[in-house]
Amino acid sequence: METVIFQFEKMLHKLQQKQVTNKVAFLDATSQVTYQQLYEDALFFAYKIICNTKKNDVVCLLMQRGVPMAMMMLACIYAGTPYVILDDQQPIDRIIKIIKIANPSLIIYDEVNLDKCPSLNAFCSTFFLANKDQTQVDNFSLLARKKQIIATDPLYILFTSGSTGEPKGTVITHHNVCSYIEWFVHCFHLNRKTIFANQTPFYFSMSVSDYYATLLTGATMVIVPKSYFSFPVKLFEMMNEFQVNTIYWVPSVYRLIYQFKLLDYIKPKYLKLALFAGEVMPTKILNDWMDHLPKVQFCNLFGPTETTDICTYFKVNRRFANNEALPIGNACENLEVFLINENHQKITDHSVGELIVKGPFVASGYYHNPSKTKNSFIQNPLQKNYPEVVYRTGDLCYYNENHELMYVSRIDFQIKHLGYRIELGEIETIINANLNIKIGFCIYDKENDNILCFYEGKTEKKELNQYLVSKLPYYMIPKYYIKLNEVKLNQNGKIDRKYYQNYFNELLKEDELK
Amino acid sequence: MKEKLIELLTQLKPGIDYNHQTNLISGGYFTSLEIMRLVMLLQDAFDVTISPLYILPENFESVDAMLHLIELVEDD
Repeated sequence: METVIFQFEKMLHKLQQKQVTNKVAFLDATSQVTYQQLYEDALFFAYKIICNTKKNDVVCLLMQRGVPMAMMMLACIYAGTPYVILDDQQPIDRIIKIIKIANPSLIIYDEVNLDKCPSLNAFCSTFFLANKDQTQVDNFSLLARKKQIIATDPLYILFTSGSTGEPKGTVITHHNVCSYIEWFVHCFHLNRKTIFANQTPFYFSMSVSDYYATLLTGATMVIVPKSYFSFPVKLFEMMNEFQVNTIYWVPSVYRLIYQFKLLDYIKPKYLKLALFAGEVMPTKILNDWMDHLPKVQFCNLFGPTETTDICTYFKVNRRFANNEALPIGNACENLEVFLINENHQKITDHSVGELIVKGPFVASGYYHNPSKTKNSFIQNPLQKNYPEVVYRTGDLCYYNENHELMYVSRIDFQIKHLGYRIELGEIETIINANLNIKIGFCIYDKENDNILCFYEGKTEKKELNQYLVSKLPYYMIPKYYIKLNEVKLNQNGKIDRKYYQNYFNELLKEDELK
Repeated sequence: MKEKLIELLTQLKPGIDYNHQTNLISGGYFTSLEIMRLVMLLQDAFDVTISPLYILPENFESVDAMLHLIELVEDD
């Protein structure tokens, strides 16, 4: 078992041997940092953090996504203080909610977020600005703290929105990340020559993959400004300028580029590996990308924050029809996944069951939340001989005839309607295969036992209904169709289903569904 | 043409002074999906095809910039 620090220094040593420590580690639209500078800056701030904390105290980072943030995360690692990244774009109320749970000893902010600090004073007494000052670093304290850090110590706490709206903080250890990155790097042959174009915010678990893979292999990560994803020409220009060869983005970004037909005009010339996760990738969009970029390896990754980032993956190795769903594949190496039924027995045939994950990527649990931890981090139901914690994903899956896992839906999405057990995801796959639909999804109105279909696209409600009737059994046909000008996404770029549940209730109240 | 464009923009996102704003993009007034929707609306309303190569921040910063863009693609 090793720590991230150990792995990082091992990599740094290799760079030193090859005399390439001036290689760029992270860069964004306005700045960049070499590995040498990154190391020096991280140690400087680690010392400042140590002066204000005890080991394993929580430190919150209230900073913009960019190079200084990437450096400050490393500083926290060296200080032995798990970091919590606060999304500086979210409402202050939610920031406070997270801070109340995380109970940090220190908040580090940048100038852009200075104005938020007064509202947070009541919850944390120590703040400092992420700018270098005249502090004299005491190497002895740094070394003493470093020696105390072990592989099972928390590395960071990542907050996600729980189903009740209360944020949940997943505690991830050095051991989790080292094991996970070892798989990630080997699986995709990542190395010093890898150049990532980072899209996902650092408070989102997907960024763990590109951030730590960069840090531990000596690769380069281009932190693409958020606005470039609105103007993808700039995105591709930046990718070509910095010779980006690896991307790991949410499907919404692939969709945006598909809808702009951008690949007809400009191509990411150096791209070799295109990974995606976070949501279901509509197959018609993947097919379009594959047509335009036949030499690129595409890969569907799947997993929750609680398994560090990913637990299963599927390297796209064949062509799928537009109305076929992509497999989520098989367990990552050094991880085991299995399916259980309602009686907690292992499923060995092709029936649907809950996905359970076992192995070194599985988080320690939720911060300050024993009841939620107890619900999801459970004793392995397949053996009672000794304590062994596994993670219940709450995701329903089944094995197809090729023994690849197929994602069905969240357990909460599996519904019983007209006596049938229905997966909303199955209806969604068919909706999204329609070329006139930009994006569509379903919600189940439990109270009235109705399936609702929300969509954005050129099709009229009647046409969409006819299309679905021709493709699906009668009991899977939505009762209501709601055409939207634009589908609202949540802060992680996923469909904001909670919002639409409420939106529908409003429509129902106002009797506007006829 | 200008009035038509402002009407379109107001429908897409009300509450913005389109006559005077010159930082619609850099000021963060639109999300990426709104920009995509805007492009589709412009294409339909003015019967033009906007190549993705023209979808650049500077072409959407103000009403005048958008009008200029429409004229540009009309000639293409």
